[in-house]
Amino acid sequence: MPGTLRTALLGAVFATSLAGAGPVWAATVKVGVIAPFSGPFATVGQTFKQAIEVYQAQHGKTAAGHTVEFVYKDLDQANPAQSKALAQELVVKEKVGYLAGFFFTPDALAVAPLIDEANIPCVIFNAATSVITEKSPRYVRTSFTLWQNTVPLAEHMAKQGVRKVATAVSDYGPGIDGETAFKATFEKHGGKVVDSIRMPLKSTDFAPFMQRIKDSGAEAIYAFLPAGPTTLAFAKAFSDTGLKAAGVKFFGPGDITQEPDLPALGDAALGITTTFNYSQAHDSDLNRAFVAKHKELFGSSDTVTFTSVGAYDGTHVIYKMIEATGGSSDGAKAVAAVKGMAWESPRGPLVIDPDSRHVTQTIYLRVTERKDGRLQNSEVAAFAAQPDYGYKVGK
Amino acid sequence: METLFGIAVDGVAYGMILFIISVGLSVTLGLMRVVNLAHGAFAMVAGYVASFAAQGLGLPYAAALAGAVLLTVVATLPLERLLYRRIYGQANELAQVLLTIGLTFVIVAGINYLFGPTLKRIPLPEPLQGTLALGPKAIPTHRAFVIAVGVATILALWWLLERTDFGIRLRAAVDDPDMAAALGIRTERLYAATFALGTGLAALGGVLGAELLPLEPYYAIRYIVLFLAVVAVGGAGSIAGSAAAALALGVVDTAGKYLIPNFGEFFFYATLILILFRWPHGFFRGRAA
Repeated sequence: MPGTLRTALLGAVFATSLAGAGPVWAATVKVGVIAPFSGPFATVGQTFKQAIEVYQAQHGKTAAGHTVEFVYKDLDQANPAQSKALAQELVVKEKVGYLAGFFFTPDALAVAPLIDEANIPCVIFNAATSVITEKSPRYVRTSFTLWQNTVPLAEHMAKQGVRKVATAVSDYGPGIDGETAFKATFEKHGGKVVDSIRMPLKSTDFAPFMQRIKDSGAEAIYAFLPAGPTTLAFAKAFSDTGLKAAGVKFFGPGDITQEPDLPALGDAALGITTTFNYSQAHDSDLNRAFVAKHKELFGSSDTVTFTSVGAYDGTHVIYKMIEATGGSSDGAKAVAAVKGMAWESPRGPLVIDPDSRHVTQTIYLRVTERKDGRLQNSEVAAFAAQPDYGYKVGK
Repeated sequence: METLFGIAVDGVAYGMILFIISVGLSVTLGLMRVVNLAHGAFAMVAGYVASFAAQGLGLPYAAALAGAVLLTVVATLPLERLLYRRIYGQANELAQVLLTIGLTFVIVAGINYLFGPTLKRIPLPEPLQGTLALGPKAIPTHRAFVIAVGVATILALWWLLERTDFGIRLRAAVDDPDMAAALGIRTERLYAATFALGTGLAALGGVLGAELLPLEPYYAIRYIVLFLAVVAVGGAGSIAGSAAAALALGVVDTAGKYLIPNFGEFFFYATLILILFRWPHGFFRGRAA
């Protein structure tokens, strides 16, 4: 008799769970976000999460009647194997319909086979190496690439009459992307790269590189380092070793003067000219509303930076995908629906390029200056509709 | 020629900074035989205290520096009494490593929780900003100041260990703790004082070196290899050895990065391997080793 009882009980439970879960399952779309939430890069995950919450506070938690739920997974450093495992867990166990996040390029690349097999779209909030979107048709990226930021910068420098430039980049993927992009563009416009320095990622003392820059006789430098402690030491060395006083100009992509680092950089950051897709000081109503909402929800808007808008706009793309597919999980259809999509974001006008599935956007020329006692990246010029120049560049 | 001079000056300046942040470890590891992996964490704590004192409370640099060193020493003395005292002695090497690395993780998490993961800085006073011209070469004034403090530290430590009663007792206690205790030397107090000296030096290095090794919660783990390298090459317990090692590694690293930047840290570690191959106990075989 116990056997029959158990079967009956199981049947009852099964029936209830079906009845209870059925409608809920249909009305909730889960989005898995993989990003660093602990460790040295924890601020990045935090900016992602906060930006998603700001978006949901402004636009509601539903898209086309479906509740959108975000599931966060912590990946504290570049670790492709772990990234793939987390993505698999999200797809199989959590049944997510979308993947998002990704700070480091290797982590984003690692999930390519998975999203193709599961037919799930993957919206990249940051990872900035051009090659990523070539690896799967289900990648969409709402951040920027080194090429995208560097090409307008090199053109601007050539136009300003700068002739001799030394490049100094951190010796890893994005750094080398930046160096290649700069060299190609700058030399096409008649400039000369007099020295190309690749600095080890773990450098602490930058005095020898400064000596090299000085010896190369460059009028200006193009520098790229990942945001964080090394950038600080680099910028300090640049002003402390007298290069700044000698009139050498400092150019680079905007990662080096990202908002959370500005207070620590202090006066060393003054006068650095960068190109980037977003400055917290961007002058538009949408941006003011975005920053104000951030401040209202989290008490401070000091950390609002490029990773914030990457996640904010990425969330927007996911909402549009959910609307287009009616909540069913069809990656190819979802990606097709947002190709060519144009909208206005806190950073300016955005279009998703149908070929590269990367955002074409306005890149701003900014100078770091002190305003009302606070350092900020003030936009001084804008280059409209910049695509990812690095897409299939090696092909 | 000018380039050579530039490399030499930069190398010595970098070496001196390495020395000042590692010498505290040389004292604890060399003289007390405690593998103190929390050395970087202590330096970091001092840096954060100084940063908070200077930026949050508006204290002048000198006061922030002194306050940070004192506070760190006072804060770590209970650790000596409660934790470190149990693991003194060469038989406990594994316990030392486990305890101190655990302590490091706790401090990293604590700092991350209290101050957040962003970079912190210790604003320099007016006289230490700017550059100092040395013939054709300009070096940051702050670095010149660190070199001066480094030289003063070497002299003070030499005097303390070789020329004072404290030094004689300490050397006796390190060489043969049981015999020293039998002769009436209060080894426990002596160890506590030496431990305080070690953390005080770590704190000094953390604050002075913050320009080169910026303060963030992972400081404690990120740079510990650097500190251990200097002590290993110098010979544990030898102050002069640490200074020589720091200078040698600083000059080699600077020259390597200047001439062939693509090789990265290669020259630093290659030198480390070669020196240890030739002198497995470091330049100067320390008294305690």
